[in-house]
Amino acid sequence: MEMTQLALVIDLNVCVGCHACVTSCKEWNTSGQAGSMSDDRPYGADPTGTFFNRVQTYEIGAFPNTETLHFPKSCLHCEDPPCVPVCPTGASYKRKEDGIVLVDYDKCIGCKYCSWACPYGAREIDEHQKVMKKCTLCVDRIYDQNLPEAERKPACVLACPTSARLFGDVHDPESVVSAAIRENGGYQLMPEWATKPASHYLPRRKTRIKIHADELSRADNPLKKERQLPQPGKSEPSLDDVTSW
Amino acid sequence: MHPAFSVIFLTTLIGTGQGLFLALYTGQVYAFFHLLSEQASKGFYLGGSLIALSLLIAGLIASFFHLGHPERAWRSAAKWRTSWLSREVLALPAFMGMVLLYGAAHWLDWNQPLVTIGTLTLSATMVFGALGTVLCFVLFVCTAMIYACLKFLQEWHSPLTVINYLLLGSASGFTLATAYSVYAAPELMGFYGKWAIIITLLAMVTRVASLMRNCKLKPKSTLQSAIGVRHNKIVQQAQGFMGGSFNTREFFHGKSKILLRSVKWVFLITVFVLPLLLLAGGLSTSVTVLLSAAFLVQYAGLLAERWFFFAQANHPQNLYYQAIS
Ligand code: SF4
Ligand code: SF4
Repeated sequence: MEMTQLALVIDLNVCVGCHACVTSCKEWNTSGQAGSMSDDRPYGADPTGTFFNRVQTYEIGAFPNTETLHFPKSCLHCEDPPCVPVCPTGASYKRKEDGIVLVDYDKCIGCKYCSWACPYGAREIDEHQKVMKKCTLCVDRIYDQNLPEAERKPACVLACPTSARLFGDVHDPESVVSAAIRENGGYQLMPEWATKPASHYLPRRKTRIKIHADELSRADNPLKKERQLPQPGKSEPSLDDVTSW
Repeated sequence: MHPAFSVIFLTTLIGTGQGLFLALYTGQVYAFFHLLSEQASKGFYLGGSLIALSLLIAGLIASFFHLGHPERAWRSAAKWRTSWLSREVLALPAFMGMVLLYGAAHWLDWNQPLVTIGTLTLSATMVFGALGTVLCFVLFVCTAMIYACLKFLQEWHSPLTVINYLLLGSASGFTLATAYSVYAAPELMGFYGKWAIIITLLAMVTRVASLMRNCKLKPKSTLQSAIGVRHNKIVQQAQGFMGGSFNTREFFHGKSKILLRSVKWVFLITVFVLPLLLLAGGLSTSVTVLLSAAFLVQYAGLLAERWFFFAQANHPQNLYYQAIS
């Protein structure tokens, strides 16, 4: 186990599918040092381009018992990443110090083999620069001493209006991400391939309280505070009859 | 997966080149053990080696079309400890060098005995051939393992993938050797023809076995495990974009089920049935043009076979890309 494993925790219970993480990711990373993330026909009928992060939507169940799930998806920075050992050049690597999986764009030959080896479809080739691209966890801002400490987080985390995205070290049991995973049933995608994704998802959660009928009145009620009060008969004078305002 | 023509040509061309080399050397080994009275001329070996080498070079050129940055291809030798692709990148030129050496040694008549064991005389050409054979098998394994090592591409993740690359490449190489011997060493035509038939039959058995295995595969990943929701009815409503992405272009073949099934029958007929008939016909009637036809049909069939090999593989990432919006 590396000392540190940075990751995201995405709370599907509060994600509203607004794509703010998608646009902020693209904005930050396309203006980064590594060069732009190319687009084709961005305003045409058939737009396409390179993104590190996508938000998808699923409908669960059959009408009327349906639920909408918004599902952001980016590289999960697997602890046992199948995409890394297959890379023939060493362009794909996992950093020892913080567990971030990165691509060295100067070494990548654009063979796409790593994208075949990622079961999540988290890698996309840049069709113009011809190198493989993927989420970097904003490695170029999370350590930037010029930024105020609160802003040393991935762009998507800062942009999320519902705080559905948490960022931290999943190897540190005291971190917000570890606590969130532990306390809210955090899970990994496609556990069947033993990739050990570092990033986790928090499930949709229903908050329900169970009240039994006998809990509605106090069992121990010596002053009879909640007893049925005598009802005046229909012919009795009402309050309106005895008072004149 | 989306079949890329660069990789289809790479794998079929080098497979045939490797098979042809194995055929040349098999002939020599038979002669070495006095199992074959006819010894081919040095021109036969040189010519055969050069044909094999040209096929390997053509495959190498095709592979460059697969790369985004072919000028950096040299970097791909770096990670041979972990990457089968890197191992293939090393094995291919090593094998090419050995094929060249083998042909040259024959041309230079390096057949003087280095060691004599009883009636067997071991010469430099025999040694180069043996080394070439080792490298040839290494290359087959590397090429096939590129696909077979990806465990979640379940159609590929099987020893049958390696066996099929080996046998299909060898079958086409021996068929080519048969066609070649018509012109360069007619006395070896029967020898190569019979081997071509045997290997094509073997390849048919293993390829059909892998088709049957793939029929019964149950995908390990489901939409449920992909997004982590336990419900039998989940429908994708949006995949995050409208106009397609690398994910929708690289991992889907985009063809109909009927086309896929037709390609399967086309390759079963053109890789196995027709070449077997043509080989048997050519050998029994000495209408030698049938032998050349056998090779051409089989190679064309292998292009279809390789297309199908890629198209049939179902990547789990496709679970995330089922509906546009
Ligand atoms: S999510 Fe895919 S690209 Fe990211 S580390 Fe895991 S296998 Fe590699
Ligand atoms: S596309 Fe680039 S990063 Fe991916 S395996 Fe090839 S060289 Fe490595």
